[in-house]
Amino acid sequence: MSPKTAINQKMNKSFSSNLKTKCAYENEPKYQDHEDFEETPTWAAVVTVLGYAILSALGWLRDFLRHIGFEEKKTAHDPNPKNFVPLYQSYECFYTRNLYTRIRDVFNQPIASVAGAKVHIMERISDDFNWTFKFSGKKIPSINLGSYNYLGFAENQGPCSEQAIKSIEKYGVSTCSTRHELGNQRYMQELETLMAEYLNAEDCIAFGMGFATNALNIPTLVGQGDLILSDRLNHISLILGARLSGATICPFNHNDMKDLESQLRKAIISGQPRTCRPWKKILIIVEGVYSMEGSLCKLPEIIELKKKYKAYLYMDEAHSIGAIGSRGRGVVDYWRVDPNDIDVHMGTFTKSFGSAGGYIAGKKALIDHIRIYSHSACYSTSMSAPVCYQIISALSIIMGRDGTNDGQQRIQQLACNVRYFRRQLVDMGFIVYGNDNSPVVPVMIFMPAKIAAVNREMLKRGCAVVTVGFPATLLTESRVRFCISAGHTKEMLDHALKAMDEVGHLVSLRYSKQKPHRRWIELDRADYDKEYLS
Amino acid sequence: MGSPVNRDDIARLATDFYSLLESFKQTPFYHLIFEIFLILTVLWLVCFRKPRPIAKKLTEKEKQELIDEWQPEPLVPPVDTNHPALNVRVLDGIVGKTIEIDGRKSLNFATFNFLNFVGNQRIADKAIQAVQKYGVGSCGPRGFYGTIDIHLELEERLARFFNFEEGIIYSYGFSTIASIIPAYSKRNDILFVDEGIHYAIQKGVEASRSTVKWFRHNDINDLERLLAEQDKHDKKNPKKASTIRRFLIIEGLYMNYGDICPLPRMVELKYKYKYRIFMDESVSFGTIGQTGRGVTEYHNVDRQKIDLISSTLEYSVGSIGGFAVGSSFVIDHQRLSAQGYCFSASLPPLLAAAAIEALNIMDEENSGLFETLMDKSKRLHKKLLDIKGYRVLGEDISPLKHLSLANSLNTIGRLEYIVEFAQTRGITITIARYLNDEHHLPEPSIRLILNVEMTDEELEFLCTVLQEALVKVTA
Repeated sequence: MSPKTAINQKMNKSFSSNLKTKCAYENEPKYQDHEDFEETPTWAAVVTVLGYAILSALGWLRDFLRHIGFEEKKTAHDPNPKNFVPLYQSYECFYTRNLYTRIRDVFNQPIASVAGAKVHIMERISDDFNWTFKFSGKKIPSINLGSYNYLGFAENQGPCSEQAIKSIEKYGVSTCSTRHELGNQRYMQELETLMAEYLNAEDCIAFGMGFATNALNIPTLVGQGDLILSDRLNHISLILGARLSGATICPFNHNDMKDLESQLRKAIISGQPRTCRPWKKILIIVEGVYSMEGSLCKLPEIIELKKKYKAYLYMDEAHSIGAIGSRGRGVVDYWRVDPNDIDVHMGTFTKSFGSAGGYIAGKKALIDHIRIYSHSACYSTSMSAPVCYQIISALSIIMGRDGTNDGQQRIQQLACNVRYFRRQLVDMGFIVYGNDNSPVVPVMIFMPAKIAAVNREMLKRGCAVVTVGFPATLLTESRVRFCISAGHTKEMLDHALKAMDEVGHLVSLRYSKQKPHRRWIELDRADYDKEYLS
Repeated sequence: MGSPVNRDDIARLATDFYSLLESFKQTPFYHLIFEIFLILTVLWLVCFRKPRPIAKKLTEKEKQELIDEWQPEPLVPPVDTNHPALNVRVLDGIVGKTIEIDGRKSLNFATFNFLNFVGNQRIADKAIQAVQKYGVGSCGPRGFYGTIDIHLELEERLARFFNFEEGIIYSYGFSTIASIIPAYSKRNDILFVDEGIHYAIQKGVEASRSTVKWFRHNDINDLERLLAEQDKHDKKNPKKASTIRRFLIIEGLYMNYGDICPLPRMVELKYKYKYRIFMDESVSFGTIGQTGRGVTEYHNVDRQKIDLISSTLEYSVGSIGGFAVGSSFVIDHQRLSAQGYCFSASLPPLLAAAAIEALNIMDEENSGLFETLMDKSKRLHKKLLDIKGYRVLGEDISPLKHLSLANSLNTIGRLEYIVEFAQTRGITITIARYLNDEHHLPEPSIRLILNVEMTDEELEFLCTVLQEALVKVTA
C-alpha cells in the first residue's frame, strides 16, 4: 500500500479511537445545563413589602395592647427577679411573637413514621392561635416532598436497615470514646476507605455530624493571615467554621465568576488589610448544590480561576453527593472534572445516604492533618455503628457492589423524577429557581401570608411541603422548596403536581412572565410521559 | 558720581516706602487681616506641612507580576507520621466493661461508659425496634419534617427527669453547648468563665464574640473579685450596664480535673451580682447525686435557680447527642436561634430510642446505680491515694479521675509507658488527649473512668497494676 494510504489509515484509526473515548460519555444522557432565576415581578415585590408592613403594624398594635394589659401576654416569663438584665431584647422577639407565631403550625411539624417517600404527619390542634399545641392523635398520610431523601434510602426495611440492626447487635449503639482514644473502630476505617474510593480521592475521614464537620474542621485548615472567599449564599455551618478559624472572610456574589476573579486579583495585589503583607493562602469555599436556590456551582470556571491564582478550593457537596451526576458522584461527576483539582471535598451522609454525619476527602496529607488537629476527632464521641453501616450498605448499593443494578436505577429514577417535575411546574407558569437537574426545586411564592396558605392547602391535599420565608431567605423571596426523591413514583409526582396546580390557582402563585400560565389538565401529558419513560 | 545717584535712589525708596505705609493706612481692616492670614498660610505650607506621598497607581504589568510572584503556603503543614493520633488502636467489637484488643480481653477504664449501658440488651432492643420503624436517619432538620415523635418524647422525659419545664435535644454532644452559648450571649455581653472548662465550651464562648472574663479554676474568690470589679465599672455607667447581659459558664463536674464546682456560693452570688448561670453537666449527669440528677442534687441546691443545664447523651446515657433543660422562657429561644439545632439534621431516631430506654433504666426505683457508683468511686479514690507516688485529681465521689506523676516526673512519655504496661497486664487506660490551642492546657494525665459494674477485685487489680507500673517507670 502506498505511504499515503498507510498514513490515512493510521490517522483514521487514531481518530476513531478518540471517538471511542468520547463515546464513553456520549452514551450517557446529555445534561441540558440550564439555570434560571426569573426576576421578581415588581408588583409582587411591592405587595410583599406591603404585606410585611401591615403585619408589623399589627404587631406593634398587639404589643401595645399587651403592654397596657388589654391583651394577655402569652409568652413565657423569666423566673429570675425583675432587676436582672432582660435575657432577650424586645425587638429580637418581635418577629417571633407577632409574625412567626401566627404561622407556627407550618414549621416543625412532627412525623410518626420513617421519613421516606410517604410520611405520616402528626396532626396538631391549637386553641390559642398557635401559642400552644395539642396532638389530636390523628396521623395524616402524605407524600413527603420536604425531607432530604434524594436516593430514597430512608427506608425501614431492606438491606441497609438489616445491616444497621446487625451492627447494633455486634457493636452496641455508641463507643463512648473519641477517635483519638478508644473510639477508632474498624468499621469507621472501612467506611472511610469506601468513601474515598467512591469519590476517587486519596483518603477520607468521617464525622458524626455534618454541621460540625464544617464548623470544626475549617479552623484546622485556615487561620489568621489567610483569606477565605466564600459564596454569599453559603450554608451557615461554613460561615461559622470560617468565623471560628480567625481568617479574613470576603464574600463574593452568588455564582458570579467575574466577582470572584476580581476579588482574587484584589486580594493578591493588595495583600492583607493594614499591614499589606501577602496572604498566606487563599481558600475558596463553595457548595455543590445550594439548598435554597437549587443552583449548581460553576465548577469548571472555579477550577480554572483557582489554578490561575493558586488558591485552594473547598467544596461542600451536602446536597449534591449521590443526587447529581450520572453515577451519583456529585458535581465533580456532573461537570466531569478531575477530582484532584478540588483540594477539599466535603459532604454529608444525611441527604442521599439516609443516615447522619459528614466527611472530608482529599489528599492523604490533608486527611492526616485533619485526623490530628480536628476538634471533632479529639473531643467528640466517634460515630455510632448502625449509622456507619447504613452508609456502608447504601454506598455499596450505589456503587453496584451488592451485585444488583439498584444503585444506578435509583440515580436514574431521581434524574427522571426531577426533570418530569420541574418541566411541568415551569410549563404551568410558576417561577422555579435553579438548575434543571438539581433535585431541590424552589417555587417562589413571595408574599408572607401565602407561606402558610400553601403549606396548609398542600397538606389538606396530602402533600407535605416545606415553605420558607424570612430570615432563611430574603424578605421578598419566600418560597416553597420541593425535595424530589428517587422513592417518588410517577403517581406520587402527578398527585403532587395536581395539588400544586389547585393550590397555585387558589392562592395565585403563577407569577412567571416568561411562560404562559396553564392549568395541569391543559398540559400535553403524552409529551411528559414519553420523556419520563425514556 | 555715586552719591547724588544714591541720594536720589534713597529718596525715591523713602518716598515709595512712605506711600506704601500710607496705602496700608488706607486699606480696609478686613483686607489687611486677610492678607496676613494668607501669608501665614503660605508660611505654614512651606515650613510645617509634611509632604503627602502621591498614591502610586500600579500598572497592569506590575499587577500581573505581583499575581505571578505570589506563592501560597501549602494547604496543610507537613505531618508527623508518628503522631499518636495517626497510630491509634483499631478496635473491632463492643467497647463495654471489657474490650478485646489484639485478641486479648482487658478491663476498660478508659471510655465514658459510667453506667455500663454500652452493649446493654434492653437498649439494643429498643434501638433495633426504632430502626424497624423509622429507618436510620431522620433526613432533615427539626424545622422541615425532621421532628419525629420520639424526639418529642425524649425531650419531655429529660425535662421531667430534671423537673424542669422544657428540654431540647441536639444531634451532637460537642455542638450542644457550642451552639447554646452564642444563642444567648452576643457581642456586648459578659461571660464569666472558669478556666478549666472543656474545649467544646471554649468554642461556644469563642463563637459568641462576647467579652470573656476567665477566673481561676474553681476559685470562688477569684470569681468574686472579677464580679466586684465589674460591679464597680457598672456603677460608673449604669445606663450602659443595664443593657449588658452577664452569664456564668461552669461545669458541674469538670472533665479536665474531676472536681465539682462550688455551686451554692455561685448561686448566692448570682442574686447579688445579677448574672445567669449556664451549667454544663456532661460528666455529672447520671453519675453524681443520689438519683443521678447531678451537682444540684449533690449540693442540695434548688435546681430552678440554675438558668440552663446542658449535658450530653454520649457519656452515662450511652447514646449520641446532647441536650439542654431549663425553663420554657430560656429553652424555647434555642428553637429559632441555636445554629446547631436549626441548621442541622436531627438526631437519628434509633439513638433517641436508646436514650429513652437508658433514662428508663436510670429512673427505676430500686436500681441503686448511682449510690453504687459514688461508693465505688470513693473506694477507688482511697485505694489510689494508698499507692504513694501518684497525684490523684478529682473528688472522691467522682467516677472520673486524673492520675499523674509527682512534679517533674510527669511527662507524656512516662505516662504512655504506664498505659502500655497496663495494657500488657489486661487493663486499658488512656491519656487524656487535648489539642494545643486549649485556653488553659491541663497538665498531662491519665484519665481514669470508673464503670459501675466493676467489682472490688477488679479495682484492686487496677491498683496493683498501677503500682507495678509506677515502680517500673520511676526506676
